[in-house]
Amino acid sequence: MQDNHDNEAGGRRQFLKCMAWAGAGTLWMMKGGVLHAQPLGEGAMAATVDASFSFAQISDSHIGFHMQPNMDVVGTLRASVALAKAQAIHPDFLLHTGDLTHLSKPEQFDTLAGVMQESRVSKVFYVPGEHDVIGDNGAAFFHRFGERQHAGGWYSFDHRGVHFVGLINVLNLKAGGLGFLGAEQLAWLKKDLASRSAETPLVVFAHMPLWPLYPPWGWGTDDSAEAMSYLRRFGSVSVLNGHIHQIQQKVEGSITFYTARSTAFPQPAPGAGPGPGPMKDVAPDALHRYLGIRDVRHVQGRQMLAVTEEVLS
Amino acid sequence: MKAIAQGARRAHATRRHFGALLLMGALCCAIGGLPPARAAGASASKTRTQQVEIRNFAFAPKSLTVSPGTRVVWTNHDEEPHVVTSAGSQFPSSKGLDAGDSYAVTFSKPGTYAYYCSIHPMMVGTIIVQ
Repeated sequence: MQDNHDNEAGGRRQFLKCMAWAGAGTLWMMKGGVLHAQPLGEGAMAATVDASFSFAQISDSHIGFHMQPNMDVVGTLRASVALAKAQAIHPDFLLHTGDLTHLSKPEQFDTLAGVMQESRVSKVFYVPGEHDVIGDNGAAFFHRFGERQHAGGWYSFDHRGVHFVGLINVLNLKAGGLGFLGAEQLAWLKKDLASRSAETPLVVFAHMPLWPLYPPWGWGTDDSAEAMSYLRRFGSVSVLNGHIHQIQQKVEGSITFYTARSTAFPQPAPGAGPGPGPMKDVAPDALHRYLGIRDVRHVQGRQMLAVTEEVLS
Repeated sequence: MKAIAQGARRAHATRRHFGALLLMGALCCAIGGLPPARAAGASASKTRTQQVEIRNFAFAPKSLTVSPGTRVVWTNHDEEPHVVTSAGSQFPSSKGLDAGDSYAVTFSKPGTYAYYCSIHPMMVGTIIVQ
C-alpha cells in the first residue's frame, strides 16, 4: 500500500484501488452538529470538490512498541502519512493527537520526527499523549514538538476561517482520576474563545477523549464538562481525540466528538475484555484494517467539516 | 524520606538519556538522604520481598500489607507501560516500566502508602506497612 502511495503519479486511480481493498471507509459530513455518513467511493470523492481545504489527523503512533500485533510501527506510521498525502485534496497540514512514542525516549521522538521529515509534510501540529510525558512532564515533547504559545503547552491558531485549539489533558493526573485540563488551561480556553463569533467553526483537539467515553478504562477527562460549556454557543464544533485506538463518535448539540484510529495497533471496544491493552490476536494480514488516518475537509461557506476515515489496506 | 527505591532491572541502562538521568539523579538524592545501611539491595537476601503484579491495567493485590523493612517489587506484565507513583510523594516514582520491567521500593516506616499509575490514574493501589 505504502509503495503505491509513495508514487504520487499513481494518484487518484491508485487511491481508489486502495479504497476498494479497504472497503470500510466512510465520509462523515457534519451539518449543524448532525453527522451524515456516506461510504467512500466515487460519490464521496465528488463531494470533496467544493472543499476549500483539508487536513488529516493521525494518532497513537507508539514509536518504540515492538510486540504483537505490530512489530513495525514505523512502517505503519510511514504508510499512514503516505495515505494522508495521497488524498485528492492535499491536506494543508497534519494533526497528530498524541502518543507519538511508547516510552518518551529521545530516540523514539527522533524516529517520529524522521518519518515526518522524510515524508516532506510541510506542517504537523502535535499534542502529547500520556506516553509522551513519562519522566519529565513532557519537557522533551514540548521542546521538540510544542507550539510554544503558553508554558502549559496548549495553543490555538486560525486556518482559513476555522479556529483550531490544541489542549493538553495528560499532565498532573490525579490518583483515581481521568484526563485533566486544569483551572489555568480552562481559564485560557475561556478567554481564547470569548472574542470569537458563534459562526466560527471550531476544531478542538486533545489526546484523551474530552467526554466520558468509558471511565472504567480511563477513557475520559475529569474536567471536560467545563471546557464543553465554553464551546456550546458555537454553531459547529468538532472535537478530535486519540488515545483509544478506534473510532467512536458522539453528537451533543452542535458539538461532535470523534476519536481516531491508531497508526500502530488497535484496542478493544469499551469494556470488551479485561483491559484496554493492544488487541494481540489480530492476524498480521488483517492489522491494516484497524489502522488509519482521518481526513477533514472544510467546505467553504457551509460552516461544516466533512470527516472521512480511511484504513490502511 | 520514608522509603528507599531502586530500579530492579537495568536492561536499558546503556540507553539511558536525558529524562532517565534526571530520574536517576532524583533516586540518588533519595537514597543519599538515608542511612547507608538501609540501602535497598545491600542485604537483599535478608530483606523480605513481596510482589505486586501489574496486569490488565490493575495492581494485584490492590492492597498489600507488609511489615517494616519489606521490599515491594512491582512487575509490569502488560504490553502497555506503567509508572508507579506515590500519591503525595511519599516514595520516589518509578521510571516508565516497559513490558517485563520491575521496580522495587523498601518500606521502612509504618504507614499507609497510596499509589497510582501516573499515566493511567484509574490504576490505584495501597501499601500498608505495619
